[in-house]
Amino acid sequence: MVSKVFKDSTSALEGLLFDGMTIMAGGFGLCGIPENLIAAIREAGVRNLTVISNNCGIDGFGLGVLLAGGQIKKMISSYVGENKLFEQLYLAGELELEFNPQGTLAERIRAGGAGIPAFYTRTGVGTLVAEGKEVRNFDGEDYVMERGLTADLSIIKAWKADAAGNLAYRKTARNFNPMMATAGKVTVVEVESIVPTGSLDKDAIHTPGVYVDRLFVGAHFEKRIEQLTTRPRPTAAAH
Amino acid sequence: MAWTRDQIAARAARELQDGFYVNLGIGIPTLVANHIPPGVTVTLQSENGMLGMGPFPYEGEADPDLINAGKQTITELDSSSYFSSADSFAMIRGGHINLSILGGMQVSASGDLANWTVPGKMVKGMGGAMDLVAGVRRIVVVMEHVEKSGAPKLLPACTLPLTGKGVVDLLITDLGVFDIDRKGGGVTLRELAAGVTLDEVKAKTGASFKVALQGAEAA
Repeated sequence: MVSKVFKDSTSALEGLLFDGMTIMAGGFGLCGIPENLIAAIREAGVRNLTVISNNCGIDGFGLGVLLAGGQIKKMISSYVGENKLFEQLYLAGELELEFNPQGTLAERIRAGGAGIPAFYTRTGVGTLVAEGKEVRNFDGEDYVMERGLTADLSIIKAWKADAAGNLAYRKTARNFNPMMATAGKVTVVEVESIVPTGSLDKDAIHTPGVYVDRLFVGAHFEKRIEQLTTRPRPTAAAH
Repeated sequence: MAWTRDQIAARAARELQDGFYVNLGIGIPTLVANHIPPGVTVTLQSENGMLGMGPFPYEGEADPDLINAGKQTITELDSSSYFSSADSFAMIRGGHINLSILGGMQVSASGDLANWTVPGKMVKGMGGAMDLVAGVRRIVVVMEHVEKSGAPKLLPACTLPLTGKGVVDLLITDLGVFDIDRKGGGVTLRELAAGVTLDEVKAKTGASFKVALQGAEAA
């Protein structure tokens, strides 16, 4: 069997990138983003990208670096409020934007990966989101039709993998990654470690290896925190 | 004296019932977690993929892989679980979450909510708000009663783009509490904030409303 394991981000993307392509990128905010693959795409310089991702990073990190490089033509997202450059580019007409409700975005990707071309949801009925879309009544309630989404490439961040491509995510870094792993024509995954095959609990694999084409251990995980929020540790005297 | 943001949150917390699964929005709704009544245990859902949100971590213990939907670092509880965004919104859309408390920019007399965009000014996106109002069984909106300019926010019809149509069950502002009949339409003032008069509410409200005040004034 051909090995899925590559030595780094550059080799894992070899032959996959082209101008005008559609890329799905996992993550919620900066949590669970494929930061090594984003950096490699920045380095490769491909342009006119359509990027499907819940957010668009922040200024200078995450997908924000592709924005700054002028590589993104269109974003399909649910929330981009943390990115000032995004707002500037959009208001200047230099960036196309399609807002999807977050659950609709997640389900469109899930559907795309599961071979479902469209589905109906109550989300967005009577709002701008439903404009131009089929609305159908089921059992007395209106639902709007939404289309499944796929991409030329999905870039994914997982915690652990084995050489068979089985993946496990960690805590809320899972988010959009499992659905996106199913919806790319090619899926490339960066992980924190590749463990010996057989050592992952087979009942705790979140993404089975069938969805994974290429994987590598990320050279560096910065894992920036957007909103560091803590509480003071109770002092001994407080007990 | 109108209610403060914390008093609005405290009043909203009285809508929580023991055993509820609850999703709290960003802003005043987040403060509701500080006012959960004694004897009431609720499970907080975070739409980025967690049930059973714990408190903020102690200094030095923040985990970048563990955040809430407001991107703040949080902690887990013994009862917590993690799942994907698709599973998270299946929970929301499928009606498995009992209550959501959300912020608002405008609410209409028929229960329409606008809280995600100001055309030409604010380019942020709706995040999960449209899914929450479409799927969660009961929607409570908390907001200031009027804009900074003094313009009313409880209106006959919203002028901003909607988040959802006919979705709000209860509105809590700094001036009082309003029941909204999201099926039949119509607003009923149920409580006045301490020291607020009916005349003041009438003067600051765009929508017409009925008055059926409940017992004692809420603290």
